[in-house]
Amino acid sequence: MLSASNVRFARGDREILRGVSLALTPGELVAVIGPNGAGKSTLLQLLSGALAARGGAVTLDGAPLNRWCRQALARRRAVLSQTATLGFPFRVLDVVLLGRSPHAGRAAHRDDLQVAEAAMRETGILHLADRVYTTLSGGERQRVQLARALAQIWPASDGEGGRYLLLDEPTNNLDLAHQHAILQIGRRLAGRGTGVLAILHDPNLAALHADRIAVLKDGAILIDGLPDTVLTETTLAAAFGLAVTVRRHPTRDCPYVVPA
Amino acid sequence: MSLRPLFIRSCRSPPWRRMNEDDVVTAHAVSGLAQAARWRSRRTAVLLAALGAAAAAAFLLAVGQGAVAIGPGQILAILGGRVGLELPWTYESTQEAVLLAIRLPRACLGVLVGAALAAAGAALQGLFRNPLADPGLIGVSTGAALSAAAVIVLGVAPAALAGYALPPAAFAGGLAATLIVYRIATREGRTEVATMLLAGVALNAIAGAGLGLLVFVSDDQQLRDLNFWLLGSLGGVTWKTLLPAAPLMLLPALGLTLFARHLNAFLLGETEALHLGFDVEAAKRRIVVLAALTVGASVALTGVIGFVGLVVPHLIRLAVGPDHRILLPASMLLGASLLLVADLLARSLVLPAELPIGILTSCVGGPFFLWLLVRRRGPEAW
Repeated sequence: MLSASNVRFARGDREILRGVSLALTPGELVAVIGPNGAGKSTLLQLLSGALAARGGAVTLDGAPLNRWCRQALARRRAVLSQTATLGFPFRVLDVVLLGRSPHAGRAAHRDDLQVAEAAMRETGILHLADRVYTTLSGGERQRVQLARALAQIWPASDGEGGRYLLLDEPTNNLDLAHQHAILQIGRRLAGRGTGVLAILHDPNLAALHADRIAVLKDGAILIDGLPDTVLTETTLAAAFGLAVTVRRHPTRDCPYVVPA
Repeated sequence: MSLRPLFIRSCRSPPWRRMNEDDVVTAHAVSGLAQAARWRSRRTAVLLAALGAAAAAAFLLAVGQGAVAIGPGQILAILGGRVGLELPWTYESTQEAVLLAIRLPRACLGVLVGAALAAAGAALQGLFRNPLADPGLIGVSTGAALSAAAVIVLGVAPAALAGYALPPAAFAGGLAATLIVYRIATREGRTEVATMLLAGVALNAIAGAGLGLLVFVSDDQQLRDLNFWLLGSLGGVTWKTLLPAAPLMLLPALGLTLFARHLNAFLLGETEALHLGFDVEAAKRRIVVLAALTVGASVALTGVIGFVGLVVPHLIRLAVGPDHRILLPASMLLGASLLLVADLLARSLVLPAELPIGILTSCVGGPFFLWLLVRRRGPEAW
């Protein structure tokens, strides 16, 4: 289990997170939503170990992240961040193989290729393997980065333990089809035992794909639960300061949200 | 905890692995990828071999050409004679003296400096995630030249020790410049191109002013020596000045190749490299120090030779892509060849005088830099 318990974080005098607890278990997809500046990205950076909490603890399988060996941690959790920009003309296969870095010396090159191939198949970019990354569209690039993250935490035959994938606004700047494609991949991974956490802006995307939704506001968790209990008119009004109407999705068994 | 069984199950039978083994199509696709990878690694081996051969040819050309011509066979015979080998080529004693005392140290210096500048350029470009990070453009070389020039003019070291004081002084200047540019241009793990180049412009201006001041206060002999730093030259090198500085150029340049995987990950972004399990801060510090060391030692012996670190890695990237495991060694080989050829041109174009090599590399590198700017398509497309 990857869990943050009562974590605090501040930049200068500004408190960004004031005691947040959130646990991610293998096999579930958790969406974190909330207004801009609520501390969602900071929470994800604390969970990934890129930032250190000022108070509280982030643990993976009970051990604090800073006690983990860097490579061992990297084999267990991968991050798809918004900042991934690659301006050099790597081929797609090479980008995905970069995800195998923490496995250097542990897996044969042939195994790395096999994993990279499987990760590219999973994200539907196998046909792009030989293309140059910088010539791809935004949606294709995002799927390449996702494949790289998958290759990083691809389960080994020795089974080191549960895997975790952290997605920081993975649907930003993507068209409707790509947004759902990315989250469907996350959904499939969760179905096979990976713990997936996604920061999302669109409550409807969260409603369609997440097992659980946590709402973050002003550096604290407002509510954390099933989509049906979280996505209510009162909660969303409190979180976003916007009057909304919540209805049932016409074909799926989940709520959907529109401004009132 | 209720989630424990789920966790254990996922350990015992990784579901993705199971799917792969059943999937027959996968085997075909992988063998296709493996084949493509094999083909590309063969291509890389051919390129490295060709670059090695080119460097060897450039070396023979560089030591053979000049006022006293020495044929390749004679070169081998002279070198063989030194270790007691009798070879069938005959040579004159002037040829032997010229080769051993002048041409060989000069060509060795060319190899070392070319390799050092190209390796430092490739590494800094990876670190900054920017193909414009030439040690000369961002002020590293000028910073090194300024502190080396200060040693000469201000006479902080006794004349006998000056040769030994120059490399560390140049290294310190180069390191300081690198750190300043890096700190100014990097915010939250991202290096801004414009800021970096502007910081380089400012540093070059400051160091240029410092050099101007040193010119102003120096006497005639010091002026001649200073000119050497301002324009760059491989001339006048002897074994005595080359040997102490050679390991300072070669070892850090070779050391940079150990960070090839780090640099590859850096291209994705520093945070991404961190997430991939690399110790980003330690690697960054070591790369900066190694690059400053190798550039500093080069500048101490040859002065500022611009654009080698910019042009060479770019050409290699065009040929085999940005993988630093290939880029670094290939750049070192090509850098060595290019500098040998440039030096040959520098000392044969305007006989009997000698053109400073820095002028030559800038004549080629400047237009190349402009070409890079013009053909750039987007803010991040290189």
